[in-house]
Amino acid sequence: MRYERPKTTAEVTNLLAGAVGRAFVLAGGTDLLVRMKSDDFEVDLVVDIKAIPSMSEISETADGFEIGAAVPCAVLGENKALVAAWPGVVEAANLIGSTQIQGRCTIAGNLCNASPAADSVPAMVAAGAHARIASPDGAKIVAVEEIPVGPGETSLKKGEFIEAILIPKRSPRSGDAYLRFIPRTEMDIAVVGAGVRLTLDEQGGIESARVALGAVGPKVVLSEEAARAIVGSKLEEAALDALAEACSAASTPIDDKRGTVEFRKHVVGVLARRAAKLAYKRAGEN
Amino acid sequence: MVSVPVSTTINSDEVEFLCRADESLLDVLRNRLGLMGAKEGCGTGDCGACSVIMDGRIVCSCLVLGAEAEGRTIETIEGMADGNELHPLQKKFIEHAALQCGICTPGFLMAAKALLDANPDPTEEEIRFWLAGNLCRCTGYDKIVRAVADAAQEMRGKRA
Ligand SMILES: Cc1cc2nc3c(=O)[nH]c(=O)nc-3n(C[C@H](O)[C@H](O)[C@H](O)COP(=O)(O)OP(=O)(O)OC[C@H]3O[C@@H](n4cnc5c(N)ncnc54)[C@H](O)[C@@H]3O)c2cc1C
Ligand code: FES
Ligand code: FES
Repeated sequence: MRYERPKTTAEVTNLLAGAVGRAFVLAGGTDLLVRMKSDDFEVDLVVDIKAIPSMSEISETADGFEIGAAVPCAVLGENKALVAAWPGVVEAANLIGSTQIQGRCTIAGNLCNASPAADSVPAMVAAGAHARIASPDGAKIVAVEEIPVGPGETSLKKGEFIEAILIPKRSPRSGDAYLRFIPRTEMDIAVVGAGVRLTLDEQGGIESARVALGAVGPKVVLSEEAARAIVGSKLEEAALDALAEACSAASTPIDDKRGTVEFRKHVVGVLARRAAKLAYKRAGEN
Repeated sequence: MVSVPVSTTINSDEVEFLCRADESLLDVLRNRLGLMGAKEGCGTGDCGACSVIMDGRIVCSCLVLGAEAEGRTIETIEGMADGNELHPLQKKFIEHAALQCGICTPGFLMAAKALLDANPDPTEEEIRFWLAGNLCRCTGYDKIVRAVADAAQEMRGKRA
């Protein structure tokens, strides 16, 4: 295996595009290094992106926030402006692992690892986040939900990598939230996760919504039916019931020792209700 | 496998070493540099026995490549005491009997140091959450949490 630590984005894409064998980007390494320890995992080239200064920066632009692909999740929690604008995204990112993992793990890595249970992904999708992808042919911007295609699989092509996650400017009267279910109180993988972003009209009715579900399908589920169930409502009981039902219907989870299909389909509705209520409360406060 | 030359700072000393590209920082510390304090409990980020402080943040050295140490500042348990004078956390761990076999102890001490560097007056809940990535199979967590709280109090007293 070869280790490279380029100083520019162009060098990263050239290394990845020209690689013979299996090449991986290294951000926090909390997934990649674990996988490298298993005997059946082959890696020929590791490209560490942390020596590129812009990768470790969070900037606030006219359009929102630009989070460099190497920014550790702990740093997201220390950024007051980001916490104020997108508490759901930051809380989801801060759920990942322990203090030790937080100092290393990234939301871009969480996304590219493409686990269906990745915690920050439903929150990013609900927030309407995009990924800026660099390639030898230049950069392009893609919606976060387009990156994972199935467990461990992404839509990134050879030579491409994510430079930054772009989170839009939060519109007035908007709020977001992410909740997960785990059997323990921390340090566990989501059995189910639900992210919700709401925008209210002047009267407190829901004008628009995005509902994204984790660990209930091969990749994150963005449910338009679930969003429709609450748009126009003020989260009255009937709207919450319709939301829960739509989330259960949108879910195609697996059965395993951590949760049965039936359990996951039920819990996803419960979590979506609670996340919607929290997002609604937050939307009313700003 | 290509060897990677690395220059880094460990416990305030400038250190240079050669390592394999896929070698973890934990293996470099233990097998190449003779710093045996950080332990390998799991090798997969779950137990915290390998915890070191890198550029001011607590990390699992089993999930860092040795090559990534280039240009960074690393603190290990070997640098915690000031000569023969133990760090208050080390003294309090002994006083509260917060260790038995001791395998988890260097990791707990480094994680606790990182906590008190960032937050000199943590609540019990904050201590427990911060240390959730450090596992102990013998002592139980109460004595450890009490030792950290007591050390924090003593260190605040000294600072005042
Ligand atoms: C003890 C422990 C607990 C954990 N707990 C959780 C948890 O609670 N919730 C959860 O969701 N996850 C958890 N994880 C998994 C992991 O920490 C997260 O998925 C993390 O966000 C991965 O980020 P990273 O920067 O460390 O990724 P890396 O390991 O650096 O990379 C992961 C994958 O993505 C690719 N990649 C990384 N960055 C890019 C990029 N910019 N462009 C293209 N490809 C890229 C890599 O090549 C690799 O295949 C845990 C892991 C451990 C070890
Ligand atoms: S050995 Fe590194 S976390 Fe267990
Ligand atoms: S003292 Fe033995 S593992 Fe903690």
